[in-house]
Amino acid sequence: MEILVILVPLALMLGGAGLVAFLWSLRSGQYDDLDGAAWRAIADDEPPQEAPVER
Amino acid sequence: MHVTRDFSHYIRSAGEGIQHIDLAVEGVHCAGCMAKIERGLSAIPDVTLARVNLTDRRVALEWKAGTLDPGRFIDRLQELGYKAYPFETESAEEAEVAESRFLLRCLGVAAFATMNVMMLSIPVWSGNVSDMLPEQRDFFHWLSALIALPAAAYAGQPFFRSAWRALSAKTTNMDVPISIGVILALGMSVVETIHHAEHAYFDAAIMLLTFLLVGRFLDQNMRRRTRAVAGNLAALKAETAAKFVGPDEISQVPVAAIHAGDIVLLRPGERCAVDGTVIEGRSEIDQSLITGETLYVTAEQGTPVYAGSMNISGTLRVRVSAASEATLLAEITRLLDNALQARSRYMRLADRASRLYAPVVHATALLTILGWVIAGASWHDAIVTGVAVLIITCPCALGLAIPTVQTVASGAMFKSGVLLNSGDAIERLAEADHVIFDKTGTLTLPDLEVMNAADIPADIFELAGRLALSSHHPVAAAVAQAADAKSPIVGAVEEPGQGVRATVDGVELRLGRPSFCGAEALVGEATLDPEASIVAFSKGSARFILSVRQGLRPDAQAVVAALKARNIGLEILSGDREPAVKAAAHALAIPEWRAGVTPADKIARIEELKQRGAKVLMVGDGMNDAPSLAAAHVSMSPISAAHLSQATADLVFLGRPLAPVVAAIDASRKALHLMRQNLWLAIGYNVLAVPVAISGIVTPLIAAAAMSGSSILVMLNSLRARSASREIV
Repeated sequence: MEILVILVPLALMLGGAGLVAFLWSLRSGQYDDLDGAAWRAIADDEPPQEAPVER
Repeated sequence: MHVTRDFSHYIRSAGEGIQHIDLAVEGVHCAGCMAKIERGLSAIPDVTLARVNLTDRRVALEWKAGTLDPGRFIDRLQELGYKAYPFETESAEEAEVAESRFLLRCLGVAAFATMNVMMLSIPVWSGNVSDMLPEQRDFFHWLSALIALPAAAYAGQPFFRSAWRALSAKTTNMDVPISIGVILALGMSVVETIHHAEHAYFDAAIMLLTFLLVGRFLDQNMRRRTRAVAGNLAALKAETAAKFVGPDEISQVPVAAIHAGDIVLLRPGERCAVDGTVIEGRSEIDQSLITGETLYVTAEQGTPVYAGSMNISGTLRVRVSAASEATLLAEITRLLDNALQARSRYMRLADRASRLYAPVVHATALLTILGWVIAGASWHDAIVTGVAVLIITCPCALGLAIPTVQTVASGAMFKSGVLLNSGDAIERLAEADHVIFDKTGTLTLPDLEVMNAADIPADIFELAGRLALSSHHPVAAAVAQAADAKSPIVGAVEEPGQGVRATVDGVELRLGRPSFCGAEALVGEATLDPEASIVAFSKGSARFILSVRQGLRPDAQAVVAALKARNIGLEILSGDREPAVKAAAHALAIPEWRAGVTPADKIARIEELKQRGAKVLMVGDGMNDAPSLAAAHVSMSPISAAHLSQATADLVFLGRPLAPVVAAIDASRKALHLMRQNLWLAIGYNVLAVPVAISGIVTPLIAAAAMSGSSILVMLNSLRARSASREIV
């Protein structure tokens, strides 16, 4: 059962990392436009910038 | 005369050398629009950000300060096919957004804590029936406490604050039993953990907060969305005015930047955005949006004009007055204030439920404790059982029952073209059993239509339409639109107050007053319709008469029939003249109608119906309807309504058809039915769970399963509100 000493803090740390990620995403405005975000996921990518190709 | 557009009112600074503007955009509804707009705007050099918000139908733009005129964005969007208007965030909306974010943050914290406490609780539950050592159980309980206590202290804030406010005001609300339940459950669990007990309720307390926050967030999100829609409506009305900034120079400025004493120019075909007095010029104005009267009023020096009136024929200079100076508006505002105050504080379904709920639950818990003590149990055991009763009855499902339905139903209504201004509008609309319609702009369309287009040869009508393109007169605009005219006739001359004339292939064409076209003789037979404006068209010696008027909404008859089929009483109260109202009432087969009604009369009629126990739905658009919209049980306005009316109405519907009125009634009735069903589900759950709790055999496992089970059941049931029908009949 000594393994708990490692596993329980590890699990909490992973959960905490999730929480921090959530708070960050909230702060950076990722929940401001849920309808738009749903569409952006399947939108085509921006056409690549026309850079001169060097050979 | 030199005209500029002034956007400085809307521009914000967004950090070093960057300027920011928000635009409300009409017609954005899909991913295609989003990509098109973003690409189109990003292509402008020096633009650093162009991002569409599809939820709120807005675009945020940032650019290097001083390099661009924001007018260019609006022009670019126009080219792309979207109408855009600068947008000013109201402080009320900002507060709603901040609250919404705070609740989401609380929800995130609570959900995190719930999941991690569950991770610790499940080993305890399975350990209790197998071989867990008491030391290990205590360790897990303490870890749970370590997560749950700070998380509850943070995520519980919305409830604790609201409960404290209620208690300070010596009242009670739903948050009082919630707060008591959560605090007691956590407190008891700490005490139990200290005494190495088998059960602790950290998971139940924090899970309860999570579910309740879901409901609270949905509720808040709907309110936020409503505010955003209201803000867009205000922006889409493009409330700007042409203000004189020099003796001969005007600038198109937002109404918010216009003050009393400024002088604005009002051109023919423009809608006045301010209240004021005419100081120069002569014209006719259409005040139907203010009084419901469809006959034009003559405006000359000294005539007061109100925001919302349409200038018809001549150019006017208007001196802006402070709102209180305008007598008609002051009267309407006074009536509106009275009506808003008298608006009996409607007891929302959720409030009624919670008023019953708290005493019953607290009494049950208390009786449980006393009962167990009398039956010989120790105080400790009795109190543990009592707290278990509080935990299991905590209003999880009750807190979700109404917001979930409201959210789903308002989404469905949004799709059928109805916007909600207030959250409890759904409940009130569902109860409506009597509908009062205003006529002008509500039963009829705000735009003019040519009634006898079919009687006129198509080539003549097209010619008239092309000629009409050269005039700003609203009647001419209606003719041009009806004829679908695209190319104006070169060399057409407008004679103010008379009409337009042009010569094509040596034949003179005239469109305007019958006298202008020498067609007085024909007018006699066409004036049967009391509401119509008569215009004449002459081509050489041929004369034609066009009858132009506001037509009924295309589906008005079907809507009236559908409302009758639902056993809803109908009547028309209009400020317009009797013949006009009579004609509309006759066409729609509405037997009860009154004409020439003042705002005060409308309120009196609503009060009279209230006395009889009727729940009145008022549908109106004019400024004169605003007080009665507030006085009615529930109210609706078309999107074309006067600003004041739209802000007062509970619901706003879009587009030309009247069908959204019926669709909204149907959707709200269904939603109310589901809300009641949800409340019964929540009560049924308590009826089953409370005896188990009173008997003292509830374990944290049972509490967790019962709570999440009932919450999920309620949420699934709410989803049924999604399928609001679009059919009228």
